Amino acid sequence: MAKELWKGNEAIAEAAIRAGCDCFFGYPITPQSEVPEYMSVHLPKAGGVFVQSESEIAAINMVYGAGGSGKRAMTSSSSPGISLKQEGITYLAGAEVPAVIVNCMRGGPGLGTIQPGQGDYYQATRGGGNGDYRTVVLAPSNVQEAVDFVQEAFDIADEYRNPVMVVMDGLIGQMMEPIEWKEYKRRASTEKPWAAGGKFGRDHTNIINSLYIEPEACDIHNQHLTVKFNLMAEKEVRYETVNCEDAEIIITSYGTPARIALSAMEVLAAEGIKVGLFRPITLWPFPEKALHDLAGKDHVKHILDIELSSTGQMIDDVRLAVEGQKPISYLGRAGGMMPSVEEMVDAVYKALGKEVK
Amino acid sequence: MLCPHRITIITGHYGTGKTEFAVNLALHMAQRGDRVTLADLDIVNPYFRSRERRDLLTANGVSLISSSQACSDADVPSLPPQLHAIMDDRRITGILDIGGDKVGARVLARYRPRLIREDYHLLYVLNANRPEVRDVSSAITYLRDIESVTGLRCFGIVNNTHLCGETTPEDVRKGAALAMAVSEETGIPIVCHVAHEDHISALSDLREPLFPIQIRMKKPWEYPTITGRRSPK
Repeated sequence: MAKELWKGNEAIAEAAIRAGCDCFFGYPITPQSEVPEYMSVHLPKAGGVFVQSESEIAAINMVYGAGGSGKRAMTSSSSPGISLKQEGITYLAGAEVPAVIVNCMRGGPGLGTIQPGQGDYYQATRGGGNGDYRTVVLAPSNVQEAVDFVQEAFDIADEYRNPVMVVMDGLIGQMMEPIEWKEYKRRASTEKPWAAGGKFGRDHTNIINSLYIEPEACDIHNQHLTVKFNLMAEKEVRYETVNCEDAEIIITSYGTPARIALSAMEVLAAEGIKVGLFRPITLWPFPEKALHDLAGKDHVKHILDIELSSTGQMIDDVRLAVEGQKPISYLGRAGGMMPSVEEMVDAVYKALGKEVK
Repeated sequence: MLCPHRITIITGHYGTGKTEFAVNLALHMAQRGDRVTLADLDIVNPYFRSRERRDLLTANGVSLISSSQACSDADVPSLPPQLHAIMDDRRITGILDIGGDKVGARVLARYRPRLIREDYHLLYVLNANRPEVRDVSSAITYLRDIESVTGLRCFGIVNNTHLCGETTPEDVRKGAALAMAVSEETGIPIVCHVAHEDHISALSDLREPLFPIQIRMKKPWEYPTITGRRSPK
């Protein structure tokens, strides 16, 4: 099929519609407002329901209700708005309600900036809400991946009865890129016998609930959820490696900086530096074993983590995976600034203790 | 001569490549000796704005006016008062880069009484690879929406059909066919076909003028970078 030029945010909205999204609840915030804008025009035409809620908190709780009734429900926002949704996300996880949540990340903390950021890594992978829960977190690096991952996110959410997040820096939402519409195939059954969407002659009432007031019952519920999270960690881990086979230095990065790293790698290769890219595609589950094994190879001398974050966040998972086998350096920009190709090249030279050419 | 009028207004559905065209047109006009002022009046898109190329434009003698200059990344649709200079000072060749769609074009309405007293033309940029304007009827609907919101009449169509870095001359031809059909239906002439300078020779048979461009609105991974310090080739 011929490629078309789509804006990232419009494309993920269209992708969700094609994946059978029944309901979208959202609230405007830059740089993700094109998602609800597109949904408001096109989802009703496809037979779905769009509601612009009075707040982000209302939107995620509408998702909770719609998802609980068995509908495919989605919301999207950008960083400060995602902070507001955390209570709803932990309820979704606790009550085992599938949902898709897109975070088109901007710079923070607080209101920060409307330019791109990756400072919500902790929030997405550690669970910004209370209690012991996990969400699968998919991190696209271009518009095509954003489209594909949003569609798969609905399937993963249904399969595990758990919220799934797609996190992308604002650039991916705002940029135009050629994409191809592939035929969408559901990977799992559409049956939801647990849903509270009407009794339909059943002999019992389905209940959506995250309250387990008896300690024994809450313990059993947590154990049940843990089995599920362990299964997700085992089955859903995804990553990409580029030129890692004989690399002396490995760049770990995701989203847009991973893409800039590919350009830096071309420059470095031309200058005789063997550099590879390890790109986590699922931020949770983090590809811990793969990175651990790669860092253990004799040819790898150094790891350089690059993020749109001042302090570094994914670097904690990189450290946990590398387990001290090799030294780790960090390059980060924040506030909507992007590390340039030159800065990455210089950081590689510095990490290797070589003089910049 | 391309765009001989004193003020050129660039409109179109968003994502059609208005800013890339505007920046290239400004540099082209400055090179031919015009005193050019480019006004970035996009109140819709927060990213990929002509102000990101301020240094390049200034170095080539183009003045840039951008909305809310004091805080250019504020999410506020305010308009710059300096814009009046383009209308008041007839020595200036002005380019107005308008945000996408009829929503973005609404900013023009307040300047209509002033603009219609000047030698201006409004252009409609078309990209046949953008799904929402890829057929004749939808392309015309968007064009008429922009006209009705601004109260200004469209003078010309610019075929800027592209697929970012994957653009081939065939994309330009596809856009030329769409532009031709829109032109026949509306009576609005095709001003030019925009093509990367590397593709110009492959398109020399097109009837209307070609406007060769270089890609100025680069993404952060597209090198050589602006400083040009490191290029692998």
